[in-house]
Amino acid sequence: MEFLMDFGKILVATGRDVLPIILLIGGFQLLVLRQPIPHLKRVLVGSVYVVIGLALFLAGLEKALFPLGKIMAAQLSDPVFIYGTTDQPVLADWSAYGWVYLFAAMIGFATTIAEPSLIAVAYKASEVSMGTISQWGLRITVAIGVAVGISLGTFRIVTGTPLYLYILVGYVMVILLTLVSPKNIIALAYDSGGVTTSTVTVPLVAALGLGLASTVPGRNPALDGFGLIAFASLFPIISVLGYARLAVWMTHRKTRTAEKTYAV
Amino acid sequence: MKIFTFIVQKVKTALMDLLPIIVVITFFQLVVIRQPLPELGEVIFGALLVVAGLVLFVQGLEMGLFPIGEAMAYALARKGSLLWLLIFAFALGFSTTIAEPALIAVAAEAADIAGKGGLIDSDKKTLTTYALGLRISVAVSVGLAILVGVIRILKGWPIHFLIIGGYVVVMLMTIIAPEEIIGIAYDAGGVTTSTITVPLVAALGVGLASSIQGRSPLLDGFGLIAFASLLPMIFVMGYGLLIFN
Repeated sequence: MEFLMDFGKILVATGRDVLPIILLIGGFQLLVLRQPIPHLKRVLVGSVYVVIGLALFLAGLEKALFPLGKIMAAQLSDPVFIYGTTDQPVLADWSAYGWVYLFAAMIGFATTIAEPSLIAVAYKASEVSMGTISQWGLRITVAIGVAVGISLGTFRIVTGTPLYLYILVGYVMVILLTLVSPKNIIALAYDSGGVTTSTVTVPLVAALGLGLASTVPGRNPALDGFGLIAFASLFPIISVLGYARLAVWMTHRKTRTAEKTYAV
Repeated sequence: MKIFTFIVQKVKTALMDLLPIIVVITFFQLVVIRQPLPELGEVIFGALLVVAGLVLFVQGLEMGLFPIGEAMAYALARKGSLLWLLIFAFALGFSTTIAEPALIAVAAEAADIAGKGGLIDSDKKTLTTYALGLRISVAVSVGLAILVGVIRILKGWPIHFLIIGGYVVVMLMTIIAPEEIIGIAYDAGGVTTSTITVPLVAALGVGLASSIQGRSPLLDGFGLIAFASLLPMIFVMGYGLLIFN
């Protein structure tokens, strides 16, 4: 009963959240393009689905994804699990948290490799590059980028080092790689950072960071808890630019060797 | 019968999204942690709600809003007046971001953390206002980013100048922004662009690029998302300056 009451409240709130899109599309169709809305009934039913689906998703998120991220963070950083005793050291030793880094990397890799929007982008990328960049090559590259990113992000939370330093170094690497990358891959690489973080991954990863920041001694969730998603969107840009550079270099070498053999 | 197979198909797709997470977590629970997962029943119930919710949500979008939105983006890109095109670009970015599920979730969590940390009052009204303020800052910045992105496609500016310029502004803002907002601001960039925003914005970009001579839809169509994940960082830090100072 309590759940139904809560759900009713979420439903009203999501109705309000979806309203701007419906107003925008309805308004432009009727006032600017001055055309009737095609399949009006279908569109209305679809909009009801969107509202109910969003409400269900948010309700499930509160019960599953957020708790799950926090529970995993708490279990993996539990002093009994790490040191074998209940004594909490005053300062966290970063090298004791190996399982946390591994868990973060695996979650990052696994969710990215199955991400539908990345599959779509990889298809387009192989088309643009005329096969120099293979679909699987790109997907694995992006997934490795996300894995390294989130893993490094949890390392940052454990050590409590300032977030902006990591991001600054990342930016410098992106800029340097941009200068030497093939022009037609740059926009695509930049976009690959944005598409990797899906609706399911974001809450889970955010909860993992917040959970870690509240269990690792000496950390404050308000200051150290966020930032994992920033890592997950920055590192794929670096790995894709690097991969593109490498792919071009390999093709060059292959053609050069082929020319040499031909000359001999 | 046809409806039944259709539903099974949709649920299967949504389960595929969750599968990698389930595999990794099960592995860690059984092999590494070797402890029962607390509140397992509750978590499974929640996961089922997440799957059902995503199925309905995506299905609803595909039934109505996506086809019309895409057709509209194409139509406006091809013949609409510049003013209407720019208004549409801004409104599209704003409205899709306000409805973005991941952003709703993360903003609420950020408000909760800020309340517990004593940064803002922890009564319900202040928390809701703070979360809504975060979402509106992000939505306005995504709207502006799409607008600038459209101008970029029209003028043919190279994307990396915009991105590098954006990076410089992000770093300058970091110096003056309050420490408590920096983490959430940096995250806001990645959160904004997922389920709703990407398909509609991509349609606008590709529609525009294919209607202008000398633009390649594949090259110039990309890049809108990148800019839309950069501007929110700057705007959320600005919001932090207003709220915490």
